Amino acid sequence: MSVKVMIPTPLRPHADGKAAVEFQAKSVAEALDQLTAQYADLKKHLFTEEGSLRSFINVYVNGEDIRYLAQENTPTKDGDTIKIIPSIAGGSVTPTTTENPFGEVLQN
Amino acid sequence: MADSTTLSISSGLAERIRKHGAETYPHECCGALLGRDAGLGSDQKRVREVLDCLPLVNRRDDSPNNRFSIAPMDVIEADRVAQARGIELIGWYHSHPDHPARPSEYDRNHAWPWFSYIIVSVHAGVPKEMASWRLNDDRTEYSQEAIEIQSEAIARP
Repeated sequence: MSVKVMIPTPLRPHADGKAAVEFQAKSVAEALDQLTAQYADLKKHLFTEEGSLRSFINVYVNGEDIRYLAQENTPTKDGDTIKIIPSIAGGSVTPTTTENPFGEVLQN
Repeated sequence: MADSTTLSISSGLAERIRKHGAETYPHECCGALLGRDAGLGSDQKRVREVLDCLPLVNRRDDSPNNRFSIAPMDVIEADRVAQARGIELIGWYHSHPDHPARPSEYDRNHAWPWFSYIIVSVHAGVPKEMASWRLNDDRTEYSQEAIEIQSEAIARP
C-alpha cells in the first residue's frame, strides 16, 4: 500500500506520460519530494525558486485542500490520493505588487 | 521549447469566445477549451482541435478588468465534462479588454505548459484579434501557435 499522486495532464510529459505515481510517504511534503526527485523537471512547475509551492498549485488529499489541513505537513497514510490541481489565472497587465491568483497581495 | 502547434477551431466556437469577451467587457472573460490533442502530423506539426468551449466565471472580483482566475473546483468540473464526453481539457481562453491579444508577464507567471491559451483582445467592447499561446517548458516565454479557423458546413435546404 502507498500514497497515490495524481499528475495533471500538462505535467505528464515531464513524468514519462504517467497519470499517477505511487510512493511510500508519511506527508504531502514527502510525497512531493519523492515525486520531484523521480521527475526533476516537475520541480520548476510545482515550486518557486525559493522552494515554496507555486501559488497556483492546489494540492488535495482525498478531496481536501491542504490549505485547510496542515499545508505540506499534512500527514498521509496508505491508500490516500494526492491530487495536484492547477488554478488557472492571468490578466492583461503586469502587476505592480506581488499577488496570488485570488488577488491577495502577498507579504514579502 | 513547445512543439510547433496549430490550433484548429470552428468559426462558430471562435465566435462564441469573441462574444463572451464582448459580453463581459470591460471585465475579462474566461473559459475552458475542450478537444483533442491529435499528436504530430505528417508535417511534424502538432495539431490540436477545439471541439467545445465551456464559459466559466471569472473569480477575480477585486480586479476583473485586468485579471481572471478560474477556481480549482471549476478546473475539476471542466475536466469532468471533458472526460464525460471522451475528449480532453486542452486549454483555456480569456479576454484582454483594451489590451492586445498578447500574454502579459502576469499571464506567463501563472500559465501552465502544454495547455493552449487563447487570448481575445476586446477594444471598447468590440472583439478584435485572437491569438493562441503555449508556455515553453522552461517557463521563460510563450510560443504563439497558429489558429486555423474551420468554416462550418452550411445546412442546405
